[in-house]
Amino acid sequence: MKRRRLNLGYFISEGFHSIFSHGLMSFAAVCMIVACLIIMGSFALLAANADKMMSQLESENVFYAYIDESYTDEQIAALEKQVKSIDNVASVDFVSREEAKQEYLDGQTNELYVNMPDEVFRDRLVIHVYDLEKFAQTVDQVSALEGVADHRAEQDLTDAFITVRNVATAVAGILIAILAAISLFIIANTVRLAAFARREEIAIMKMCGASDGFIRWPFVIEGILLGLVGAVVAFFIQWGIYAGVYEAVMSSSASTIIIPVTFGSIWYWVLGIFALAGILIGMCGSGFAIRRFLRV
Amino acid sequence: MIRLVDVCKEYNNGTKAIKGLNLKIEDGEFAFLVGPSGSGKSTIIKLLTAEEFATQGRVMVNGYNLNTIKHWQIPKMRRTLGVIFQDFRLIDKKTVWGNLEFAMRIIGATNREMNKRIPYVLDLVGLSDKANVRPTEMSGGEQQRVAIARALVNNPQMIIADEPTGNLDPQRSLEIMTLLERINSMGTTMLVVTHERELVNRFSKRVVTIQNGELISDEQGGYYKL
Ligand SMILES: Nc1ncnc2c1ncn2[C@@H]1O[C@H](COP(=O)(O)OP(=O)(O)OP(=O)(O)O)[C@@H](O)[C@H]1O
Ligand SMILES: [Mg+2]
Repeated sequence: MKRRRLNLGYFISEGFHSIFSHGLMSFAAVCMIVACLIIMGSFALLAANADKMMSQLESENVFYAYIDESYTDEQIAALEKQVKSIDNVASVDFVSREEAKQEYLDGQTNELYVNMPDEVFRDRLVIHVYDLEKFAQTVDQVSALEGVADHRAEQDLTDAFITVRNVATAVAGILIAILAAISLFIIANTVRLAAFARREEIAIMKMCGASDGFIRWPFVIEGILLGLVGAVVAFFIQWGIYAGVYEAVMSSSASTIIIPVTFGSIWYWVLGIFALAGILIGMCGSGFAIRRFLRV
Repeated sequence: MIRLVDVCKEYNNGTKAIKGLNLKIEDGEFAFLVGPSGSGKSTIIKLLTAEEFATQGRVMVNGYNLNTIKHWQIPKMRRTLGVIFQDFRLIDKKTVWGNLEFAMRIIGATNREMNKRIPYVLDLVGLSDKANVRPTEMSGGEQQRVAIARALVNNPQMIIADEPTGNLDPQRSLEIMTLLERINSMGTTMLVVTHERELVNRFSKRVVTIQNGELISDEQGGYYKL
């Protein structure tokens, strides 16, 4: 038995060569992968943000009870006591509308917000609870009290974020499946084209006793390269998109309740997952395409 | 070494190309396989290279039982064979050296082995000065000698040639056949398919004649029948 030699250099150079000899098809394949990854990435980032917001809200265990405008200080003090007597309530703090406005303004520099009228803000009780499980129940108890005009339970927000996350996950799942299938199909066709162009060479290889693996590797590497190029391009585009959305959110009123995750803190996840997905799509696509050429 | 025992081959479209053939070729032998067009000669070659499989009977090649061979063993079996075709089947974009290197790379040879073996086989087929020429710049006879060099380069036990002189003039044909005879005399088993009567009769070799997928004669030092 002869000593085996690793032909890595050969496989890679063949793979590269192949990509450039079918430029247009390779370009189409890369574009599909990019589209697939960006859609996947966008929904995943949306889900990640919803997740973050949720856990943040949960850790706060807090909701607001807005007080009837006509209430006097004494009435408010009495209400505060009443609320305090509810089992699950950990603490109650009164925040006047002026304080609320000041607190809000601290985080703002925009003219528009600074000049907001006082009426937008209302006197409120900031209520912390012990047990998050009984959160909804406690909110109901408090809002049933005389003098509580309205409440803003973050529970609603939490629910909203759960919905966003679930919808994003579901939509992403379906879209990813469809786009992955299309990407696979296009990569498979690109590689099939490459294999077809070299069918005589493949026949010669088989005749000389080449193993399936030896014949397959250059094409698999071609597929992996296409997938990787797609992943890197998608990563930078995703970065751009995310930075844009982040900027938009931060400069809008939404930033009072939503503080998005910064791209800088998760870029390696995005890149890693993109690269992995790209490689996987490339490998499967080319492996699938080359099967027919390996028979006998 | 070749053993065919009661071999039948029926193609998917129902064509019965081989009908109960028995044939034994020992190591080191030189045998011509002759017969009219469509008699099943190429089909036999395909059965020997595991490109097709017998629908009945047993096929043994160089110790491999092709009835039970595993898919992954087929490349190993093929490395014991050198195959030559009428249409040369060289890679036109590679030089002569490149073609031989390609064949050696497939079986995992090292650069050292290539640098030693390739000049040797090029010398054997008389193409030492053509190493850097591309097949498209060569005559048919030269191209076939490159194909022979490629068949030889991995040092096979047996060479199978399907009408190696089909595209060549009588003088080139004689040269090629003489070369094959010389290679055989160095120990490589040789099975040559041809229907060139003159050529076969010039060499006093074993001649296996088939017609309609059946063996009709098998004679040592024989002549082309029919
Ligand atoms: N792939 C195939 N599918 C179906 N029938 C085939 C196939 N290959 C060959 N045949 C048929 O099998 C028979 C034998 O063909 P084969 O190629 O073995 O003949 P041959 O002796 O090599 O002829 P020639 O001298 O013309 O090359 C023919 O009738 C042919 O039509
Ligand atoms: Mg034939």
